[in-house]
Amino acid sequence: MKIKPLQIIAHIILLLGVLLMVVPIWISFASSTHDSVTILTEGMKFNLGDQLSRNYNEVLNEKGGWSEEVTAGKMFINSFIMAFGIATLKVVISAMSAYALVYFRFKLAVPIFWLIFITLLVPLEVRIFPSYKVVSDLGLTNSYTGLVLPLVASATATFFFRQFYKTIPDELLESAKLDGASTWRFFIDFLVPLSKTMIAAMFIFMFVYGYSQYLWPLIMTTSEEYWTVVMGMKIIFTESYEGVAIPRTAERFAYIILSMIPPVLVVVFLQKWFIKGLIQTEK
Amino acid sequence: MSFLELKKVTKIYPNGTKAVQTTSLNIEKGEFMVFVGPSGCGKSTLLRMVAGLEDITTGDIELDKKIINKIDPSERDVAMVFQNYALYPHMNVYNNLAYGLKNRGLAKDVIEKKVNAAAKLLQISDYLERRPALLSGGQRQRVAMGRAIVRSPKIFLFDEPLSNLDAKLRIQMRLEIKKLQRKVGVTSIFVTHDQVEAMTLADRLAVINNGIIEQLGTPIEIYNNPTSVFVAGFIGSPQMNFIEGELKNNKFKTQAFEITGIKSDFDGKVILGVRPEHLVQANNGLIKFNVDLVEKLGSDNLVYGEIKDKKDLLCYRTPGNEKINSGSKLALNIQENKLYIFNKKTGKRII
Repeated sequence: MKIKPLQIIAHIILLLGVLLMVVPIWISFASSTHDSVTILTEGMKFNLGDQLSRNYNEVLNEKGGWSEEVTAGKMFINSFIMAFGIATLKVVISAMSAYALVYFRFKLAVPIFWLIFITLLVPLEVRIFPSYKVVSDLGLTNSYTGLVLPLVASATATFFFRQFYKTIPDELLESAKLDGASTWRFFIDFLVPLSKTMIAAMFIFMFVYGYSQYLWPLIMTTSEEYWTVVMGMKIIFTESYEGVAIPRTAERFAYIILSMIPPVLVVVFLQKWFIKGLIQTEK
Repeated sequence: MSFLELKKVTKIYPNGTKAVQTTSLNIEKGEFMVFVGPSGCGKSTLLRMVAGLEDITTGDIELDKKIINKIDPSERDVAMVFQNYALYPHMNVYNNLAYGLKNRGLAKDVIEKKVNAAAKLLQISDYLERRPALLSGGQRQRVAMGRAIVRSPKIFLFDEPLSNLDAKLRIQMRLEIKKLQRKVGVTSIFVTHDQVEAMTLADRLAVINNGIIEQLGTPIEIYNNPTSVFVAGFIGSPQMNFIEGELKNNKFKTQAFEITGIKSDFDGKVILGVRPEHLVQANNGLIKFNVDLVEKLGSDNLVYGEIKDKKDLLCYRTPGNEKINSGSKLALNIQENKLYIFNKKTGKRII
C-alpha cells in the first residue's frame, strides 16, 4: 500500500492530539505511585514508583472529612448514584417528551418545544439559588433525590430525540396502528428499540455530565454522607500529616486517577452498543 | 347489501382543500376494486379513510353491516400494504408478521401456525429469521403482504404497493397479487396511478379525478365506453388521440377532414377521440398523416406524427412486422364505431 504524505501529516496531528490527552494522565498516574515526600522534593514523576498499593489503599479506606467519617469508596457510590440517576432519568424524560412533541399534534407543541429549547440558556449554575430554595423547601437537601431531581430535565436530549423521531416515516406509525399498537406500545415496541443507539449516546453524555457536577452537590449537601467524588477532589486530603506539614500530593493523584475510572468504564462499556448500532444501519 | 359501503363520504382538510368530494361506492364481498387516477386526485385519501387513518368529514363508511366511522383503525379489521412497505426494521420477518397477532392477544402456538401458513403461501419461509434490511425489494413486498394476510382481515388495502419495484418485478408481483387475492378471496381495494396495473388487477375500476369518481365499471367497460375525456385519456396505452373540431348537422369538421353521419344533434365545439389501435391504413384514408417517429416495440410499432394541415399530434399503432419509415406519408381511417366524441366544454361524452 502506498502511503500518501497527507496521511502521514494526518497521523502526526492525531498522535499529537493523543499525546496531549494521555501525557497528563500518565503523569498523574506515575506520580500517584510515589511517596508524597518524593513528589514534594523532586516534582511530578514520569516513571513509576513503589508506593502504588499503599497510596491507593489509603485513598480508598481512610476516613476523611471534617467528621472523619466519609471514605473515598462512599463518595464513589454517591457519585455513581447521582450520575446514574441523572443519566437514566434524563434519557427517559427526554425520550418521552420528544415523543409527545412529535407524535401528539397538539396546538402548543411548537411553542412548548421552543420553551424547552430556551432552557439551554439557563443552566443550573444560573438558577442555582431558586433551585436551592425549591429543593430545600421540599426538604430534599442532603438526599439523593435532591442531588438528582433538579438536573433531570434536558433540552439537549429532548432536541436530539425529537430530531430522530422526525426521521421515522409516518407509515411505520400507521402500520403499527393497524396492527393494534397502542400509543404506549408504539413507544416501547418501536421508538425505543429504533433509538437504541441514540439512547446509548445520550446516556454516555448525561452520565459524564452528572458525574462531573460540582457546584450543585457542593451547595446541596451539608452532610458528608452525600459527598461526591468531584467535590471530594477539592476537600479530601487537604489536611496534612499530623504535626508535619507535608501536603499529601501522592494520595491526591491516586484519588484523581480513581475518579476518572467510572466515566471511562461507562464509555467503554456502552461503546459496544454504539458501534453495533452504527454498523447495523437499519432502513 | 354490499360488504363495504361508502355513503356520501367527503373529506375536507382543515385548510379548506377538498380532497374527496361527495362519493358513494359499494364493494361486494371478495371483489378486487382498484382506485386509479393521477397523483393528488384523492384516491389514497379515500383508501386511508377506509383504513381509519384519515377522519371522515361527512358521510358514513359501513363495513360488514357496521358503521365504522368512529372505530379505531386497529379494531376495523382491515390490513394495509404501504407504498414503502413500512416493515418494522428492528424486527425479523417472523416478528413482523406476528406483531399484529401478538397485540390481539393470540396464543403463541396459534400465532406460530398462522405465521408459518402465511409464510408458506408467500414463499418467505426461508427468511423468517432475517431483518427487513437484508431482504430484496420483492421479498420485502412479500413480507408486507404477509403481514396483511396473516391477520385474515375483512379487507386488504393496497396503497400503490408496486411503485417501488423495478419494471420486471412489478409485473411479476402484479400477477402474484391477483393470484393470491383469488386464492384467499379477501375483498381488496388497490390504489394505483398506473393504468396498466389497474386494468390487469381490477374486477371493477374506479377512475378518480379531483376527488370525484369519474367512472366506475369493469376495466373493459371503461376501456370501451369512457364517459369523459379524462377517463378516455387516462385508460389505454398509448393514450387516446384527441382532435378538436366542431359538430354541426351530424357532421364533425376540422380544417383537415370531415366525418359525416354522426348520430347526434349536438351543435358546438367538440373533441374527437380515437385510440391508436383503432386506426387503419387505407389508400384514400380520411386522415392524412406525416410520420415523425416510429417506436418499434417488437410486437407493435407506435407511429407518431402530425396530421396534415392541422398541427395535432397523432399516434397510430400497427403490428410490428409492418415497415414504416419516419418521414413517410400515410392515410388513415377510423375503424367503424370506434370513434368517441366529447363535449369540449364539459368533457362529457356525446357519442
